[in-house]
Amino acid sequence: MNNIGLLTIFMLSVFVGFEVISKVSTILHTPLMSGANAIHGVILVGAILITGEAQGAVQLTLGFIAVVLATANMVGGFVVTDRMLEMFKGRKPTPASDVVQNGGAK
Amino acid sequence: MSTPVLFAYWVTALCFILALKGLSSPKHARYGNLIGAFGAALAVIVTLCLHGLGHRWLIIVAIVIGSLLAVPAARMVKMTAIPQMVAIFNGVGGGAAALVSLTEFVKLHDTDTNAAASAVVFTAIVGSVSFSGSMITFAKLQELMTGRPILVPGARYVTSAVGLAALGLGIATVPASSVPLLVACALLSLVLGVLFVLPVGGADVPVVISLLNAFTGLTVAASGYVLDNTLLIVAGTLVGASGTLLTQLMAKAMGRPITGVLFGAFKGVSTAGSTAEVTTGDRAVRSAGAEDLAILLAYARKVAIVPGYGLAVAQAQHTARELVDLLESRGVQVFYAIHPVAGRMPGHMNVLLAEANVPYEQLKEMDEANPEFSSTDVAVVVGANDVVNPAARDQAGSPIYGMPILNVDEAANVVFMKRSLRPGFAGIDNALLYHPKTTLFFGDAKDSLSKLVAAVKSL
Repeated sequence: MNNIGLLTIFMLSVFVGFEVISKVSTILHTPLMSGANAIHGVILVGAILITGEAQGAVQLTLGFIAVVLATANMVGGFVVTDRMLEMFKGRKPTPASDVVQNGGAK
Repeated sequence: MSTPVLFAYWVTALCFILALKGLSSPKHARYGNLIGAFGAALAVIVTLCLHGLGHRWLIIVAIVIGSLLAVPAARMVKMTAIPQMVAIFNGVGGGAAALVSLTEFVKLHDTDTNAAASAVVFTAIVGSVSFSGSMITFAKLQELMTGRPILVPGARYVTSAVGLAALGLGIATVPASSVPLLVACALLSLVLGVLFVLPVGGADVPVVISLLNAFTGLTVAASGYVLDNTLLIVAGTLVGASGTLLTQLMAKAMGRPITGVLFGAFKGVSTAGSTAEVTTGDRAVRSAGAEDLAILLAYARKVAIVPGYGLAVAQAQHTARELVDLLESRGVQVFYAIHPVAGRMPGHMNVLLAEANVPYEQLKEMDEANPEFSSTDVAVVVGANDVVNPAARDQAGSPIYGMPILNVDEAANVVFMKRSLRPGFAGIDNALLYHPKTTLFFGDAKDSLSKLVAAVKSL
């Protein structure tokens, strides 16, 4: 693709990146950081591509290490994020009836 | 690349956007993460199936090795150690991105355009900084080294010099198209990453992890440019942009300008507080046993629990909940006051308390909790220190000055559960410990809470 095309994609991605997380609550800062961390593990695709075309031992070794590291980043990132979010499951927002009960007890 | 492959990459990019969107709302966070994982898996499988991909089995072996290393680590890591886990995963991602560009450069350096070579240099520098910087943040959080800022006289000049040297080598690499120059540049950048993170104070480390995370995102985007791969550009830029914003949000939650986090220690402001010795000789502290405290708590009207890292380390969240349930059954009104950076990362404490099934209604964020303290009878601080240190509010010279704190000193009584009088993670002495209305209860957070539970039960 030409440079202007790539630049356009880059610019639009910046805006989307800002936009999607602009209203995140502090509770989710850690999972969000971890999830974003897993997403950049997609460098694995790049690592596979360069290893696939590698010629000679040096390139192959570098590519191999890159694939191992990128996999650790991606897989580990998603698993650890899921573990964090597992903690939030089954939690409902405060039901209205509870508030009334608490208020009434005082 | 063929159209179906590009289409799969497009789907993956879309999944990543939806993942980030989902992760920013409590309701959809888990789905968001799963969508992201699905997208990533799709992209990897499609890439592995590319026609004419060489060394396919070797790559699959590498993927298996990477998974075998990461999955058990991610599964078994304790909730309290999650920040350092994220730091490690981020670091290896940065390292992978730097290696990808380096390999591409080794392969293509004759035919490279200047623009692509510049992108390679960018990934080499930023990826290396992210890798070594993340490793140092890991060491700090894992307490393999001190969490305090490490200050060497003239460190600022050394860091600037190394940074400029790395940049100079990088610029020289572009026209010369020289692999040794690029390797030298990457090595210097590794040193730069270490120097960059060493002076960052303990409490600020999470902000740095977030920043390095954004760095890795941008590195991945630049690799995407080198490889002419739009998926990498989109994913990397998304993380780079959202990570930058997240870094700002975190710094704001701590009431610190981002420059203060990164360069505060360079200016020497941290030294005053962190080197202050804990002199207990001339200042009396009051400590009490479980029975006295049980009476204080059981006959209070309103009690605030302020959990901190000490509670997390001792895995005492379940015992804390037991105590709270017990007090509530006696008619005491109890709430948890959660500082945004309680634990080691923003939101960390919420994760831990959610694990102990603490109901949402009892959790009060800082803005909600602070007006409550003046009407609170007892504030129980469990293993927290810096987030309740009044110095952040009153002492302009203190390194944590300006950080919003929980105003527990407004409560009628303050109980500190601590292992010792040692200062907190940021290494700053806390005057509240010596205040007449403060009672200390020494011991491991879990033991202390268990003793309290038993004492309240026997009342």
